[in-house]
Amino acid sequence: MAEKILMKGNEAIAHGAIRCGADGYFGYPITPQSEVMETLMEEKPWETTGMVVLQAESETSSINMVYGGASTGKKVMTSSSSLGISLMAEGLSYLAGAELPCVVVNVMRGGPGLGTIQPSQADYFQAVKGGGHGDYKMIVLAPASAQDMYDFVGKGFDLAFKYRNPVMILSDGVIGQMMEKVELGEMKPRRTSEEVAQQCPWALTGKHSGRNRNIITSLALDPNVQEKTNQRLQAKYAEIEKNEVICQTYRTEDAEHLFVAYGSMSRICEAVVDQAREAGYKVGLLRPVTLYPYPTANIQALVPQLKSIMAVEMSAGQMVEDVRLAVEGKVPVNFYGRMGGMIPSPDDIFEAFVKSINK
Amino acid sequence: MKEELIIAGFGGQGVLSMGKILAYSGIMQDKEVTWMPSYGPEMRGGTANVTVILSDKKIGSPILSKCDTAIILNQQSMDKFEGMVKPGGLLIYDPNGITRHPERKDINICSIEAAEESARIGNLKAFNMIVLGAFLKKKPVVSMESVVKGLKKSLPERHHHLIPMNEQAIKIGMDKVVDTNVL
Repeated sequence: MAEKILMKGNEAIAHGAIRCGADGYFGYPITPQSEVMETLMEEKPWETTGMVVLQAESETSSINMVYGGASTGKKVMTSSSSLGISLMAEGLSYLAGAELPCVVVNVMRGGPGLGTIQPSQADYFQAVKGGGHGDYKMIVLAPASAQDMYDFVGKGFDLAFKYRNPVMILSDGVIGQMMEKVELGEMKPRRTSEEVAQQCPWALTGKHSGRNRNIITSLALDPNVQEKTNQRLQAKYAEIEKNEVICQTYRTEDAEHLFVAYGSMSRICEAVVDQAREAGYKVGLLRPVTLYPYPTANIQALVPQLKSIMAVEMSAGQMVEDVRLAVEGKVPVNFYGRMGGMIPSPDDIFEAFVKSINK
Repeated sequence: MKEELIIAGFGGQGVLSMGKILAYSGIMQDKEVTWMPSYGPEMRGGTANVTVILSDKKIGSPILSKCDTAIILNQQSMDKFEGMVKPGGLLIYDPNGITRHPERKDINICSIEAAEESARIGNLKAFNMIVLGAFLKKKPVVSMESVVKGLKKSLPERHHHLIPMNEQAIKIGMDKVVDTNVL
């Protein structure tokens, strides 16, 4: 078995990138995710795998460098935090419109505006419902441990290339800054130019007589053409919704009450489930691992056995809207959240839960 | 086995690195560990704290409502964390700079003159290892052997020659810890 190393979630992102054979990282420092680029700079992958690591002059540059790299079929990524992701929003929409694969990591902090550097989950809407303009979707993965941070980079690239679509890893300051054991997987070599040309026939790999010119663009002035693009995107999103939902459950078999929480909050709710069970409440937890596509059907399947649901987020209540859409009013959906960088403790959540079912 | 502890003091006292060494020592004994720091301005001289959990089983929440042990190294942390110790739990503190000593009667309390001892041996940087020694004397959750291995893992190689000094500091902490409230 591979050695287990104590590292921060942010460091795990960097190691995940190198070891899954990423070709390039473009970023700009921001707390609480600066260790991603710091670790990459320390590891110097350009000397080993040939991976490019570049500090751009801004987040806007980073995302457009990602656009350029992705156009050539390379595995490229960036990372930032909340306000930095806002600066990238235009680029994300362009990447989605041009159907380019990439991985974007958001280690969320409290907002709006400059906000705080403390953890938050208030960018759920931005990640899942848009952020940039136009009818587009990103595949959104929500890690809950340092190991997830490591694993989701490789997984993210697999999904990004499978669907030619941006993938966002939506993390937060807790998961980014916390150290845990991480088991590093095997080192996957970067793809050769031949492999890229073969696996990504759409990519800009240099035109030769064997094929027609490839065009990467999100521009279609003719609305007939643009509508066809939109229809193709929507068909792709339907495929993603059919195939790629991931969620985990904890002690739901006989649960009468359900917590729904993702990322760091799912970890805290796991402790609350144990605490509530000890106090005699039949409680379980559903953790969406993919936030888009959302585990709507998994929640619906539990509805007949439930008396109530409580969504827990470090936000004013964003994901809870998707829980409500899933249950269609068949069971009361309560919400508990803290904002602005405050992290709820297990006791805070337990107390809110007891209050919610006795009201 | 599950030990949930909070270490809190000033930035620069080695609070975070003490937690890191403890976490790494846990890994050496094949335990599950989490290390959750306060981050941000604390690192530049305010108060810093870290939550460390060592467990035989998978760890759920890295955030605690209550802890088994609080290691408290300044007054602000005393005010904030004394109440978080579970009844029957342990509070270890350095009385240096403490104006209000812990008052609870339902927990075990120990003091360690780590600032004084580190000055006595002429190595102020040994402060956090003296505190770690006091903790390990009271709660031997990891062996000395694992701590040395943990030090090797968490220190960059250029600092490995300092490991014997760190070991010495841990032993001083083990010798000098004093019970002030025993249940």
